[in-house]
Amino acid sequence: MGHIIVNSISKEYRNRRRQSRKNGCIESHFQDPIPVLDNIDLEFDEGEMVCILGPSGCGKSTMLRIIAGFEPATTGNVIIDGKQIEKPSSNHIFVFQNNGLLPWMTVWENIELSLRHLSETRDRAKKVAEHIEIVELEGFEHHYPHQLSGGMRRRTELARALAVNPNVMIMDEPFSGLDFMTHMKMREEVVNMHKFTGKTTLIVTHDIDDALIMGDRIVVMDGRPARIKLNHRLDFPRPRDFQKIPELNKLRQQIFLMEGVSYAV
Amino acid sequence: MCHMNSENPKIQNWGERYPIILTGFAFAMLLLIWDLLARFSGWSNQVFPGPIPVFISIGELIGNGMLLKHTIASLFRITIGFYLAVLLGLPLGILLGRNKICNAMFNPIIQFLKPISPIAWIPLAMLWFGIGDMPAIFLIFLSSFFPLVVSTTITVSSINPVYFQVAANFNFTRMEAITKIIIPAITPSTITALRLSLAIAWLVVVAAEMIAVRSGLGYLILDSRNALRMDYVMAGMIVIGVIGLLLDFIMRRMGQLESTSWQHSEIR
Ligand SMILES: Nc1ncnc2c1ncn2[C@@H]1O[C@H](COP(=O)(O)OP(=O)(O)OP(=O)(O)O)[C@@H](O)[C@H]1O
Ligand SMILES: [Mg+2]
Repeated sequence: MGHIIVNSISKEYRNRRRQSRKNGCIESHFQDPIPVLDNIDLEFDEGEMVCILGPSGCGKSTMLRIIAGFEPATTGNVIIDGKQIEKPSSNHIFVFQNNGLLPWMTVWENIELSLRHLSETRDRAKKVAEHIEIVELEGFEHHYPHQLSGGMRRRTELARALAVNPNVMIMDEPFSGLDFMTHMKMREEVVNMHKFTGKTTLIVTHDIDDALIMGDRIVVMDGRPARIKLNHRLDFPRPRDFQKIPELNKLRQQIFLMEGVSYAV
Repeated sequence: MCHMNSENPKIQNWGERYPIILTGFAFAMLLLIWDLLARFSGWSNQVFPGPIPVFISIGELIGNGMLLKHTIASLFRITIGFYLAVLLGLPLGILLGRNKICNAMFNPIIQFLKPISPIAWIPLAMLWFGIGDMPAIFLIFLSSFFPLVVSTTITVSSINPVYFQVAANFNFTRMEAITKIIIPAITPSTITALRLSLAIAWLVVVAAEMIAVRSGLGYLILDSRNALRMDYVMAGMIVIGVIGLLLDFIMRRMGQLESTSWQHSEIR
């Protein structure tokens, strides 16, 4: 479960109305369509950890939202396990770039949202406790999101996503805005979680090292509209030290060059 | 007064520690000024009674049960009218806040009806509902219904869309989206809206009772005027003020109960 085919999707935004003054009279018309994605073809295997890189504003979030079913592609489609994606579903959970926890619910209640299908209260409580343990938030069950640190909130959201047992986890910049150490820890946690559950995981990140350390596959997007510039399978065991693997080092240089950085440390 | 405070740290500390003393002092001053005005204005006691005769009259009205009867009548009407407004206004506000088509259809109508003062509805209310509680309840309903719909619509449509994406992602039913997202998200500002519209309703109840009914604090005032008992008129006004304060106090406490737990997160 969790086999994803992205079938030549393109995306244009044309929803912004603009008013302009031409020859003194006000004209109201639709802006020229903004192409964001251009004919993206991708295929992810079951259980793959895919890291997606690309400059800011190139359309990574847009692609993830289309895969998650939050918005339609202009052309093309996404097929997960043989089914075309038309709307969001708990089979493919999106972990939001901004905080997606419900602020009026405690950690416990937020995670319980994923387990609403369990009618037995006892089972539910046991599962919630299990997932709180996975992300090491024991003792914070009854805290509200605003009482948690940024990293704890991400972990709660991770636990909530895991608890629903989706086939695909979609994470938009799960590490952004975290301090260095928390970033490292969260990365380790995501790697462990992936090892443990074997779920297909799509991660957008700005950090090339993240991608080299975690990814089974690394995808680089670039351009306006964005195309796939690089799609590379990484068959190296984890934990990895990419500095000791010449092939990864070469790839790193290559990606830096692609993004216009000529000397990388 | 504030100015004096800032210059004199001693008084400031006092005021911070015992605000009730300052409030009491201000009220005492008000009573004193009222008394002096009544004594030296040149008007007779019948036209401008001072505080002492008015408080004696309040005692009389309490003693003969009139005050209780009229207060209960007013509270009954405001309760019914306000509840009706809440029961119909909040769901309609949620619908208009979530559904673009309904919003486009009904919001302009609501916006158009809202600025019409409930007082302007009095002739129609009397014609339609005759004499009795009904026209008064109708007017109170109108006074809170439109503001509640409008404020609920605005609050609902400003809920962070991420929460609805979460709802879709976790397969919420429509009912779950209402109970787990919309209602908790709008509760804090709805309590404020309820508080404001209850205050308006309390303003309107007095006006509504000056027509078509023979009970309630508004009627007490009207009837006392007809009997040229200005002391009763003032007694009625004081009771209206006190009950208005009490209603506001109750609503404020409700707001505090609710907002203690999670609301800070909205600020961040
Ligand atoms: N609703 C929208 N309407 C119009 N244009 C949009 C909309 N959403 C995104 N865009 C445009 O699409 C482009 C890609 O946006 P997207 O958020 O996918 O970028 P991103 O790669 O995730 O960037 P970042 O790394 O900064 O998060 C941007 O240029 C943005 O202006
Ligand atoms: Mg993004």
